[in-house]
Amino acid sequence: MKITKKEVEYVARLARLALSEAEKEKMTAQLDSILQYMDKLNSLDTKNVEPTSHVLPLNNVWREDKVQPSLSREEMLANAPEQAEGFYKVKKVIE
Amino acid sequence: MDLFNLTAHELTAKIKNKEVTSKEVTENVFKRIEAVEPKVKAYVTLLKDKALAQAAEVDAKIAAGKEAGLLAGIPIAIKDNMNIKGTKCTCSSKILNNFISPYNATIIDLLSAEGAVFTGKTNMDEFAMGSSTETSFFGKTFNPWNLQAIPGGSSGGSAATMAADEAIMALGSDTGGSIRQPASCCGIVGLKPTYGRVSRFGLVAFASSLDQIGPLTKDVTDAALLMNVIAKYDPKDSTSANILAPDYLKSLQNNVKGMKIGIPKEYFVEGMDKEVEKSVREAIKLLEKLGAQIIEISLPNTEYCLAVYYILAPSEASANLARYDGVKYGYRTPDANDLLEQYEKTRGEGFGPEVKRRIMLGTYALSSGYYDAYYLKAQKVRTMIKNDFEEAFKKVDVIITPTAPSAAFKIGEKMDDPMQMYLSDIFTISVNLAGIPAMSLPCGFTSQKMPIGLQVMAKHFNEEAIFRAAYTYEQNTNWHKEKPRL
Repeated sequence: MKITKKEVEYVARLARLALSEAEKEKMTAQLDSILQYMDKLNSLDTKNVEPTSHVLPLNNVWREDKVQPSLSREEMLANAPEQAEGFYKVKKVIE
Repeated sequence: MDLFNLTAHELTAKIKNKEVTSKEVTENVFKRIEAVEPKVKAYVTLLKDKALAQAAEVDAKIAAGKEAGLLAGIPIAIKDNMNIKGTKCTCSSKILNNFISPYNATIIDLLSAEGAVFTGKTNMDEFAMGSSTETSFFGKTFNPWNLQAIPGGSSGGSAATMAADEAIMALGSDTGGSIRQPASCCGIVGLKPTYGRVSRFGLVAFASSLDQIGPLTKDVTDAALLMNVIAKYDPKDSTSANILAPDYLKSLQNNVKGMKIGIPKEYFVEGMDKEVEKSVREAIKLLEKLGAQIIEISLPNTEYCLAVYYILAPSEASANLARYDGVKYGYRTPDANDLLEQYEKTRGEGFGPEVKRRIMLGTYALSSGYYDAYYLKAQKVRTMIKNDFEEAFKKVDVIITPTAPSAAFKIGEKMDDPMQMYLSDIFTISVNLAGIPAMSLPCGFTSQKMPIGLQVMAKHFNEEAIFRAAYTYEQNTNWHKEKPRL
């Protein structure tokens, strides 16, 4: 086994993803078979290979720090599930 | 007269010469949509009122003798992961089912400036994760060539609009084959441009080092026409390349004399559908007859592409999709006691099974203790894959392969086996890993009359070579003229 149900539960917590018991079982089996497939990469020697995170030779892209028009508070809040007094409203964060 | 079955290059001439109005074209396309959409289900949202208003604007400009733009009055379907201000943008996900775009994607502004008319937003695999458009929260899209078959994915809705004539042009996005594989399944043209060639500002991110927007069209000329509008540097996208795009219509030469075409032996292996192989081999023979030089090449790390992709894409996705937490927009669980529970339940209820699987896979690959073994290893193998292409393009101008290992499969066939589904992308993924451009265009049909796609790849920013080879092939065949019966 490449991955256990306990690890699936741990990863789900890291990903902030509530999974049902049935989902956990299925996820464990499916991730296990996918991760076994990934093992084929281990047959390659990559000791002297640089990693590629980006295919183009772009470095940091800078822009002038100029004030430009942006969306209004009303536009930003238009999609909010809950709002109050011009803010996003969430469950209490501080005990 | 029917107008919906024409191409954009045919229609722009008719509109400019005042043979037809933009309003007539738009109304005719919506008449077609109303007739076939119940069978095909290509769209998530239709924008008929807005489209007719846009068409009226174009007509007013033309009547006043003003310049109306390169795509004046052309109805275009947009994949539902690109933002059109004031319109729903759902990514075919429950978690964004009520999201209204507060701004336009750059490509939408570019298309609007050239007079395009937006028919609606097309269905897709949820968050563009899939190869069949079966994972959409809003239901499946059906292949116009056979309503029991998948249209491919993830841009399955956009591809289906082209095969069913439910728009004149369409836009999709391609992270591992999501433009080319559905183009192949639906018998149309789909181009994934070079990474950085088209701005992604306003495209909902899936895997940022791989995603690219591109055209799905009824022929090669329309793909060039659409590229002439969307291939522009955009300061709002930090990965956008500040390299002036050529006039792609000039690359449409019916001539491949002296062109060097590479055939990678790793793409013609056991397990490929025999009818697909036969059609692709015949296409290569035709190009040789027309004067191209065929060269067998090797891309030795091909067999590792799928493993690399399914580490990198889910890793990037797990980071990109962290933003869907039910705080600022989108779905929020009605039933949580504290903030942590709100995050977990919102995401657990809001995402479908494939998206959850990829978030889990990516979170695992990036987690402490596994990062080096999976993510870093995959990035290194990505370098090797990229180098394979660099070597190959020292010897050849384009590389030709099948787009997919088989024609469109039956709905439901691969839904319970993620690995089998992932294998549908086996010939398209390498292109995204290397960041190069590639096109799928029709090259035949199976005995069941399902379309087969030919893939043409070129080196970075050499879409021109693809257009030349693809246009030549198209002008010497009739596959692109065939239409499904609906």
